[in-house]
Amino acid sequence: MVSPNTELAYNSKIEGEVIVSRVDAVINWIRSNSIWPMPMGLACCGIELMAVGGARFDIARFGAEVMRFSPRQADCMIVAGTVTYKMAPHVRRIYDQMAEPKWVIAMGACASSGGMYRSYATLQGVDRILPVDVYISGCPPRPEAVLDALIKLQDKMKREPSAKRLTA
Amino acid sequence: MTAPVDVTAALQAKFPSVTPRPSGDHVAVNVAAADAVAALKYLRDEFAYDLLVDVTAVDWAENASPRFTVVWHLLSTSGHTYLRVAADCANDAEPAMATVTGLWPAADWHERETYDLMGITFTDHPDLRRILMWDGYPYHPLRKDFPLAGIETALPDIEVAEETGAAVLPAPMMGGPFVASSGEMNLTEAEPRAKDESWNERSAKRE
Repeated sequence: MVSPNTELAYNSKIEGEVIVSRVDAVINWIRSNSIWPMPMGLACCGIELMAVGGARFDIARFGAEVMRFSPRQADCMIVAGTVTYKMAPHVRRIYDQMAEPKWVIAMGACASSGGMYRSYATLQGVDRILPVDVYISGCPPRPEAVLDALIKLQDKMKREPSAKRLTA
Repeated sequence: MTAPVDVTAALQAKFPSVTPRPSGDHVAVNVAAADAVAALKYLRDEFAYDLLVDVTAVDWAENASPRFTVVWHLLSTSGHTYLRVAADCANDAEPAMATVTGLWPAADWHERETYDLMGITFTDHPDLRRILMWDGYPYHPLRKDFPLAGIETALPDIEVAEETGAAVLPAPMMGGPFVASSGEMNLTEAEPRAKDESWNERSAKRE
């Protein structure tokens, strides 16, 4: 008679070299823990975004410390700052250059809604030109708020049907 | 600090069109547009106003005449005095003024900005393009007849405009201009906000 397994953790002696999971879970686990951000720093929020990358707040805890200044290597565009109409087409082009799958965080009041810039020169929210996954309030947001948004984005990524999209 | 008084008198002696200009701070003079560059050159060479601080313009009103006034702010780095020179543009519909880029290279971008936002053409400017708004933008936003919210027009990039369906739209004013109260000591009250929230884009302002 085989004794019941009382260990909760993976035990290679009992289970061998095999882990059973779902493809979605594996893909999403990998993706959500290695988000390479594209820092689209357009205004003062960009300074706060730099603080997030610094040692005190340490975005590396969430696997997102690899800031990529080339959109082709990035997974998540963080639009940090005021998007003017003059800049808007360039933001959209940089977004288009990012490889799928890709996500967008609108950081701060300006990127989310135009903020206090209700004027002829300012795009009233970056969601008018590209799909936003997470909005962060604040002017500028605290670094903790950016990390909170990153965790929310990770939660969102973990619910995605990634395997189906890969084969579709 | 006796120099400013002498400057006005000396300018008037050389250029009869010069008149004193009411000013709350520095010495200021009005000059005819035709004499502007010569007067500024005279000030630079004879009175050591070697630093051009600012070139800007005033739009007095839509139906005022003269409608546009170009203003130069000068600083003498040796005399430590400021001087303001103003000249009215002759044409109200298509205002123009001679460039001073030949006197101070710093005038280049200031004149481009004044052209961009006020629509004043600086004749003989080496590179008179828009500097803040994009090339092809059809308006001059700091003119009195331009609404703060903006006027609907196309995005600068046609491809992106077609793909996203986005356009340059008037900003929602939602209760009037969104402004800060600079004199307010209570910082919460000083935050930028709409001054009259009794109306918005969906429900009209009550008269």
